[in-house]
Amino acid sequence: MSFPWAQQYEPKTEFTRWLDSRLPLPRFVWNAVGPGYPVPRNINYFYNFGVLAGVALMVQIITGIILAMHYSAHVDTAFDSIQHIMRNVNEGWLFRFLHMNGASFFFIVVYIHIFRGLYYGSYKAPREVVWMLGVVILLLMMATAFMGYVLPWGQMSFWGAQVITSLFSAIPLVGESIRMWLVGGFAPDNATITRFFSLHYLLPFVILGVVILKVWALHIPGSTNPTGIEVQGPQDTLPFHPYFTAKDFFSLTIYLIFFAAVSFFLPNALGHPDNYIPANPLSTPAHIVPEWYLLPFYAILRAFTADFIISAKLWGVIAMFASIILLFFLPWLDSSRVKSASYRPIYRWFFWLLVIDVFILGWVGAMPAEEPWVRIGQAATAYYFAHFLIILPIVSMIETPRRQPNSIAEAVLGPEAVRARPASRPAEGGFGGAMPQPAE
Amino acid sequence: MTRWISLGAGFVFVFVLLVAFFAPREATEPDPLKALHLKPRNVQWQHDGPLGFGVLGTFDRAQLQRGYQVYTEACSACHGLRYVAFRNLEALGFSEPEVRAIARQRQIADLDPNTGEEITRPGLPSDHFPSPYPNETAARAANNNAYPPDLSLIVSARAGGQKYIYSLLTGYQPAPPGFQVTPGLHYNPYFHSVQIAMPPPLMPGRVEYADGTEATVEQMAADVTAFLRWAAEPELEARRRMGLATIGFLIILSVLAYATYRRVWAGVPH
Repeated sequence: MSFPWAQQYEPKTEFTRWLDSRLPLPRFVWNAVGPGYPVPRNINYFYNFGVLAGVALMVQIITGIILAMHYSAHVDTAFDSIQHIMRNVNEGWLFRFLHMNGASFFFIVVYIHIFRGLYYGSYKAPREVVWMLGVVILLLMMATAFMGYVLPWGQMSFWGAQVITSLFSAIPLVGESIRMWLVGGFAPDNATITRFFSLHYLLPFVILGVVILKVWALHIPGSTNPTGIEVQGPQDTLPFHPYFTAKDFFSLTIYLIFFAAVSFFLPNALGHPDNYIPANPLSTPAHIVPEWYLLPFYAILRAFTADFIISAKLWGVIAMFASIILLFFLPWLDSSRVKSASYRPIYRWFFWLLVIDVFILGWVGAMPAEEPWVRIGQAATAYYFAHFLIILPIVSMIETPRRQPNSIAEAVLGPEAVRARPASRPAEGGFGGAMPQPAE
Repeated sequence: MTRWISLGAGFVFVFVLLVAFFAPREATEPDPLKALHLKPRNVQWQHDGPLGFGVLGTFDRAQLQRGYQVYTEACSACHGLRYVAFRNLEALGFSEPEVRAIARQRQIADLDPNTGEEITRPGLPSDHFPSPYPNETAARAANNNAYPPDLSLIVSARAGGQKYIYSLLTGYQPAPPGFQVTPGLHYNPYFHSVQIAMPPPLMPGRVEYADGTEATVEQMAADVTAFLRWAAEPELEARRRMGLATIGFLIILSVLAYATYRRVWAGVPH
């Protein structure tokens, strides 16, 4: 599925003709990420983070498979096997540091990707399913990352597992039974580490499957763009290859420079020193904190300190899950038909407030549960929910959007150029030879 | 309908948070230890590189050897180094025969290959440093119920890293007036509870350096900290070399990628 003016695949050699009539794999790739996929010509660098997230996932899978060859999932040997990887396996330190920091970079890239979607209204019709599949990926990533952090069986591994699994015990009546079923015992132990290892190896491939569904769903309407206006004709698009393969490759090299700088020169900066202490069920660390990318949700969990009808702990657990689940409903919470925040004068302010709010939540999540951080966290959590559940529905009703350009081509070239230029300028690649047709 | 449900859920969450926000807090006593606790001192080693960024720095081999000597003579009676093998000491600049001689000086628990009885034998380069106590219970029994941690990863396992270790080793001092030191503990403001079970391990002249360096407490602390940094991150120099090569390669690649991108997009408005 693509726009009617998309270039058509034509096998050139005898072999590709033979293959095309039996297994049209080259045609599939050509249409997915080749010249057969028209993309809005005006997308900016923030639209490169989807591809970067795909690369980050592949880096995690490849380095993870190598680490699994040397890792030992047992409470007695897990910690030692990590040191075996660091000291005795050839370049083992390299793969471990790439995997450790690769998880952080995966989340950095995905968070920027999500905020880009929030700013440009990428979750709105007709892309609701693309967005919802993205939320599924985020949930799977969090589960995978959490279980991966448990595997080295250091102090933060053990106590993080203890804290997170005990959240389920807040569920009335069946909570404690569910917790013990998840952990495989009264406390995190060997049964926990083996099942977490099994699932930590499985879930990335589930993520990969959802990514394929997501890319499929994306290819029906195609990408959004900074104007938020849908593609109307061939003058609005450029073929994915060579235009966006070249742009994505350049952004990939920049991403890898940052990734390499941290992995090689500050490999432990994003971790916690306590995880270099072997797990000790008898000694609780002074401050139990999750990895940085889960800190905003940890702050939401801890913000609920007052019992109100149900216990404060259950409120925190409900709110933490709700803070992500509500993203599924975002396409219907925001009823404004204008996608891009560039043309939404009120929403744009609240978007930036949300960005600041999430940073505050992350900072509070890293702090001990003392004043003034508890109150700051409560105010920031209140804003988080108010933003999505109260402000967004109301703003999208009362806001008067700014005037949008008539088309992507007009936004890029100016109204005169669209009127003056003929639609067909083959020399400029993107203007193609096809007759302008409305997108389906 | 969606809107009403969302507004309802939103107001419930905000209301519960406001209840918690305005709930009176129990008055908390300010922790007196916080006022006494000090942040690690700012120290630099050769392996921190120019400006302390750690990009170009390599270990000072003579310092590592001195640090190894301090560990052996001042620390190893109580602290193990279980992830380090004698063969790893070649990275400190010791030759293979020297490493074999160092290993031979230590007794390693083993089984007699003929009778299966438990014996000890002289160490081999492939052996790891033997731990001073058979288990944690024995270590606590011998140390007034304190557990001397293994030092292989101590620099990675403490906030502040090598600066913390150096500050702790040089930070023993008389307690401020009015502060009651618990019997058996020692005042040290760099330790999280400002009282540590470990007695001051270093005093001037505690070791005699073969290279003639004066064995002040600061010198020995700096040396053994450098050695422990190496023990925690033996890959440090290889990692930095590979990092520089990787980033150099990526910068060239990014310039080429940018040129390609500009060329592909030349004359295409976007």
